[in-house]
Amino acid sequence: MNSLHAINRKARRFEENRIAETADVEALQEKSKKKQGRVYYPLGCTLGFNPGWEVDVSGGTAGLCQPVERDLFDCYLGCAWPAQVPDHVSNNPDWTSKCSASVNDWRNVDVIYP
Amino acid sequence: MNSAVMEIASAAYRPAEHHAFESSGKPFLYLVPSGAVFGLDGLAKEIFSLLSKEQLPREEIVSALISRGYNRAEIEATLDDMESCDVVLSGEPKEAFPSLPEPDFPLQRIVLNTTNQCNLACGYCYEYSDDKIALTKDKPKYMSEEVAEAAIDTLIKESAGRPLLHVTFFGGETLLNFNLMRYAVVYAKKKAADAGKEVEFSLTTNATLLTEEIVDFLAENRIGVTVSIDGDKELHDRMRTFHNGKGSYDIIAPKIKMLLERHKTNSIGARVTLSSGVRDIRRIYDHLTKELGFKGVGISPATANPDRLYHIGGQKMDDVFDQFSELAWEYRDFALRGGQHYFTNVSDTIKELHLGISKAYTCGAGLGLLGVSTSGGIAACHRFVDSPVAQMGNVMDQGVDHTARRQFLEDHHVGSRPDCHTCWVRPVCAGGCYHESFINHGQTAASNLNQCDRIRGWIDLCLRIYGQIAVENPKFLERFNEN
Repeated sequence: MNSLHAINRKARRFEENRIAETADVEALQEKSKKKQGRVYYPLGCTLGFNPGWEVDVSGGTAGLCQPVERDLFDCYLGCAWPAQVPDHVSNNPDWTSKCSASVNDWRNVDVIYP
Repeated sequence: MNSAVMEIASAAYRPAEHHAFESSGKPFLYLVPSGAVFGLDGLAKEIFSLLSKEQLPREEIVSALISRGYNRAEIEATLDDMESCDVVLSGEPKEAFPSLPEPDFPLQRIVLNTTNQCNLACGYCYEYSDDKIALTKDKPKYMSEEVAEAAIDTLIKESAGRPLLHVTFFGGETLLNFNLMRYAVVYAKKKAADAGKEVEFSLTTNATLLTEEIVDFLAENRIGVTVSIDGDKELHDRMRTFHNGKGSYDIIAPKIKMLLERHKTNSIGARVTLSSGVRDIRRIYDHLTKELGFKGVGISPATANPDRLYHIGGQKMDDVFDQFSELAWEYRDFALRGGQHYFTNVSDTIKELHLGISKAYTCGAGLGLLGVSTSGGIAACHRFVDSPVAQMGNVMDQGVDHTARRQFLEDHHVGSRPDCHTCWVRPVCAGGCYHESFINHGQTAASNLNQCDRIRGWIDLCLRIYGQIAVENPKFLERFNEN
């Protein structure tokens, strides 16, 4: 919303809805000026209860409505809660080593079998 | 491309219903019916101005703006932002009015007419003057404790899950029945606590009967006070007289000073009623704020049929509007400096604009608020108690008549006031006071058409002031954030 500016509270509600629909997911550690002091939780983060992230209807992860790939690095690198993605700290430090730019190299991120 | 996709691609975009205004040299839109206020510049401004000239399909908007140096991605993203925020529309029109409330909409406030008697005889009073509609002949003059109890029980019963309730004490002159008020405050606090709720109170009075004992009671119970006063001695005494014709200013002035001195636990406001001979708004405002010390002054013309001598008509009303505007600009000047101005007509309007209120009803009458007469009769508000219209049961009998209340809400919804359907100011006005309509047009649900131009003028003025404050001193507006 670069050239359309919400002025009153009702307009800000429109704006918040619009941002929720369209904005990019930001990393937890990102400290943009606008968000200073606020911890950012990516959409679908299980630190907040958000059904549809953990498993799909078949009990697997192929048909999730919020796939972890939506914000891979946020979960893998930035998050302290090792649940939905391979764990960067101890078990799978090299999981994304062949994926320097996820837009281009996402196919190199392989499935992990624990 | 299937037919649905083709339809979307070819649907023409058009501006949503709105009122455009300018503040600090910048363009703003007030959107109808949402009440949202947006500022536009750059691309959004260009798209809006393009669509204001003619309706265009998406592809034509894109190509028109590519030729002005924008790229496709930014044009499409801005257009999507504008559509998502209801600034522009394509396809089916949006809902033009808020929906009807649920049939069991919870009650929040009752107004107790503690007495229908008054020790003053103000010329313009809608309860006693030529425009009187209340039929009080065989009704009790004072509300009894039993009626007050039943009214408070009704409020609590009908309030569903609301945690905070409100009781307003009204008259006649309310303090003629101070004993009942004192009883009702204690009773309401106990009953509300039993129900796990809180209750707050307010009082409207002519101030003639205030004593230190009463004021201490008001302060102790944090009772908000509205004092009816019309200005300095000369102006006030023109209409606000005792039954013998003697003015009441000399009696009330020292009592008001005592009230403002002793009562600090809630707001104390002045309510000014203008009439044909009492219209010097600057003089009234200065007297009430500087000489008496009020920190809130609300000003309104008397409700009066145009035939009445005290009615403010035509040119005189234009003059009143000009004076309102002058005081409103002064409010703006104070706000830009971060100062406090006491003209509540402006602050009340700006609060509604800031929150982006979109009303289905002019006020809470019959919705969250009901009036109760001395005999327990329930009406849409205090102005209709004991009258032949807008009646909704009796607290001493079956309580609220939900069928009558429902009918009232259907009849008075802004969607049922066709004169308002194309008016941009309907999110804040919604048709105007039912009592004014009844006095002027003989029908409670008629729109107050005689005031429409001035209401639009007033809201436009307040929008321009709001826009300027939002640009130049947005911090000032934080005070309006609470609900």
